[in-house]
Amino acid sequence: MSLAELAAGLRERRFSSVELTEHYLARIDAHGGTLNAFITVAHDSALRSARAADAELAAGRAGRLTGVPFAHKDIFCTEGLRTTCGSRMLDQFVSPYDATVVAKLKAAGTVLLGKTNMDEFAMGSSSETSFYGAVKNPWNTQLVPGGSSGGSAAAVAARLVPAATATDTGGSIRQPAALCGVSGLKPTYGRVSRYGMIAFASSLDQGGVIAASAADAALMLCAMAGFDPRDSTSVDTPVPDYAALLGRPIAGLRVGIVKEFFDAGLDRENARRVEEALAVYTRLGAKLMEVSLPNLALSVPTYYVVAPAECSSNLARYDGVRFGHRCSEPRDLQDLYRRSRGEGFGAEVKRRIMTGTYVLSAGYYDAYYLKAQQVRQLIAKDFRDAFVKVDMLMGPTTPTPAFAIGAKMGDPITMYLNDIYTIGANLAGLPAISIPCGFVGALPVGLQLVGPHFAEAALLNAAHAYQRESDWHRQMPQGFA
Amino acid sequence: MNGMEWETVIGLEIHAQLSTRSKIFSGSASSYGARPNVHANLVDLGYPGVLPVLNGAAVRMAVKLGLAIDARIARTSVFARKNYFYPDLPKGYQISQYELPIVAGGALEIILEDGSRKRIGITRAHLEEDAGKSLHEGLPGVTGIDLNRAGTPLIEIVSEPQMRSAKEAVAYMKKVHTLVRYLEICDGNMQEGSFRCDANVSVRRRGEEAFGTRAEIKNLNSFRYVEKAILYEVSRQVELLESGGRVVQETRLYDADKGETRSMRTKEEANDYRYFPDPDLLPVELTDEFIDEIRRALPELPDEKAQRFARDYGLSAYDALVLTASRELAAYYEEVARGVAGEPKLAANWVMGELAASMNKEGIDIEKSPISSSALAGLLLRITDQTISGKIAKEVFEAMWATGNTADAIIQEKGLRQITDTAAIERVIDEVMAKNPAQLAEYRSGKDKLFGFFVGQVMKATGGKANPAELNKLLKAKLAG
Repeated sequence: MSLAELAAGLRERRFSSVELTEHYLARIDAHGGTLNAFITVAHDSALRSARAADAELAAGRAGRLTGVPFAHKDIFCTEGLRTTCGSRMLDQFVSPYDATVVAKLKAAGTVLLGKTNMDEFAMGSSSETSFYGAVKNPWNTQLVPGGSSGGSAAAVAARLVPAATATDTGGSIRQPAALCGVSGLKPTYGRVSRYGMIAFASSLDQGGVIAASAADAALMLCAMAGFDPRDSTSVDTPVPDYAALLGRPIAGLRVGIVKEFFDAGLDRENARRVEEALAVYTRLGAKLMEVSLPNLALSVPTYYVVAPAECSSNLARYDGVRFGHRCSEPRDLQDLYRRSRGEGFGAEVKRRIMTGTYVLSAGYYDAYYLKAQQVRQLIAKDFRDAFVKVDMLMGPTTPTPAFAIGAKMGDPITMYLNDIYTIGANLAGLPAISIPCGFVGALPVGLQLVGPHFAEAALLNAAHAYQRESDWHRQMPQGFA
Repeated sequence: MNGMEWETVIGLEIHAQLSTRSKIFSGSASSYGARPNVHANLVDLGYPGVLPVLNGAAVRMAVKLGLAIDARIARTSVFARKNYFYPDLPKGYQISQYELPIVAGGALEIILEDGSRKRIGITRAHLEEDAGKSLHEGLPGVTGIDLNRAGTPLIEIVSEPQMRSAKEAVAYMKKVHTLVRYLEICDGNMQEGSFRCDANVSVRRRGEEAFGTRAEIKNLNSFRYVEKAILYEVSRQVELLESGGRVVQETRLYDADKGETRSMRTKEEANDYRYFPDPDLLPVELTDEFIDEIRRALPELPDEKAQRFARDYGLSAYDALVLTASRELAAYYEEVARGVAGEPKLAANWVMGELAASMNKEGIDIEKSPISSSALAGLLLRITDQTISGKIAKEVFEAMWATGNTADAIIQEKGLRQITDTAAIERVIDEVMAKNPAQLAEYRSGKDKLFGFFVGQVMKATGGKANPAELNKLLKAKLAG
């Protein structure tokens, strides 16, 4: 059942929120262990919220999402509920406050089932760097679900939750959505508040949603988006009713096919699925034309300067002084810092902190950080130029379907190249969505749609138009039915 | 030290705490003296997920200062992160301004005691947040952290290295101190650390172009310490150089008890702060309208006021400077001067003389003076209308200071009214002459010096109340026989 159908069923009292919550909690209990998709399951508070939602529903005060269960990526601070960010550093951390997104979804009457597993501090493309162990892909548990929002993607794919929040710094919503055969929307930078969303790379991080379909994502986004005075980078522009704006015809839609996306690194079968999806758009009246983003090849190196630089500073607060992991019996201040951080952070996080510290250091700043910011401007300009000619861009989300757990952990560069098609949207702050567009063998792959700033409604509408013509998003992995 | 041979070069970095109600990036109260950590919210504590939001009042105050020192106000300024680890720095970085400060290129004119004037350039002034405090007192074996001060807004005012003596440095610091209080952007309380400075001190051989190696003396929070620390540091450097040594670039601390500076850390040990623009904050964009509105609301500035005092009241430049050192003192003086119309110099002499001396003795400011401006004017009026002499007036002043009574009441009560009645004075002169025949004979035989003796005797007999001018005239005539 879709999110909209669940909500309708609740309003019509065909089932209660408690029943629905129990249903999903049972699925999490049954399959959560196999997938390792959850770090925390909130049985008690979920049922409490469900009972409160049922009271609202009975009183006729229900909103669109009242009583609907979902999960948060464990990067969103939840008051009174452990928030780990996938790190030993925050293993025992219970947030004293709710992130703005958490508060908004609470106010919408939703029922939080738990917190999903993720790459440590969202640094990774496979959900293998979590302190809580690797997340498994429901389509093949030998494979990674993608990352960093792998727990959210795997949970939605196995229908352990109808939807889950996620975050995307370089592809962390779209890439796992593609590899798990679900729909993942990364909104425009500034569309969803970052307050209470634990920072990885502040100028790139953006909260979004993973759901079974674009329509479900639209419903969730309505509740999540909006200006937040507590986030200076959030943008004060009205939030359209994304759900109500679905179903508009897309005839005449100008779609840019990014030449650079169809490079040598793209798996041929994966490319074919994307081309087949594009053919559907042509049939629906969209006008496809080739466009070029000449500086896109520089996006991965640019990203791997900017993101670690910001992360090296953002993660300095984990010093063992006020919260988080503290080493036992520190000898002195230096020892407290060294061991608390040395023990609290995993290898990938340390790698990025060191890279970031290096690129910001005196004598290297101009050559790395400043240069990367300049290239970032060029990449953003490429997109702007493209959007003069077309309404949105389409292409593959990832170069290949899911890969084996452990296959790329020893080779960071190969791992980083997984995000080659997704990073550009982060560098330019653009909204983008990945939707399932078929299978390579038994593994799902994604079609990515990228739009100009604040074009979420158009992207969701275009994605929804495709999903009315296809049933890839309704496919379920075996063993989770 | 050989003062002929060495020239001192001083630049000051003044930190003024802005008197905003809340902190610069959080809603916590910005106040002094509370129990540790009561004014530290999650933003001040650097909790995971929190974000800074700029306090607009701090920006207005920075613009006020910039306009008052005739500087350029940046239409775009940028907050940057200064990264270093310290327990009282919760985020592991301080938000400051680096490459694009809000104020650049201003100047102030200082006037020295000898009346000479000198223009001191101000390189820049930038906004930043203060750090917390480490507490050691009463905490054996551990360090306490008080984050009440963390995040209070500071403006750092950086001078050019244009001061050539400790006296100039103090005059400059006093000038800035006066200015920030005129502008009501800082309470100027130096004991509480609201106004403090770092002094960059170097020496070079007279006539030499290049600067010597400098030492930075940190955290000087009184004018006296600034003077003493600089004098000590200059003689230390000169002695070092004259004995064939060399000055190393380092940060030094002034020990007020020992009256000396000592090394804190050398350049080699200095942090690489890895400044980069803070991605959590947008650049501060200011419009001409915004700046003009602040310009129109500026109060009369110290220089303008001093010039007006010199011109309208016929005061020396130095006296005008002293009387305009604070808005309150200047207002007090003007009220006194208005109260004794036509005698502005008399008013100045009393405010800078008796009144200033009494305030100094008790260590109070003009606001706390037990003698109001109108009361002082009342006293001075009794001098100008010859009710009392200047000497008696001092006695009356002391009684006013002690009791808070008006001059008239005290004159009445103590019977201090001056004797101007010729006959009455003549009667006393006759008595004195009759009592002192030997002195009279000596005087009349040519010992003119004895005139003073007779004045003294008459004054003694009248309790000092005889009108001095009248007494002189009458006594001369009588003694002449």
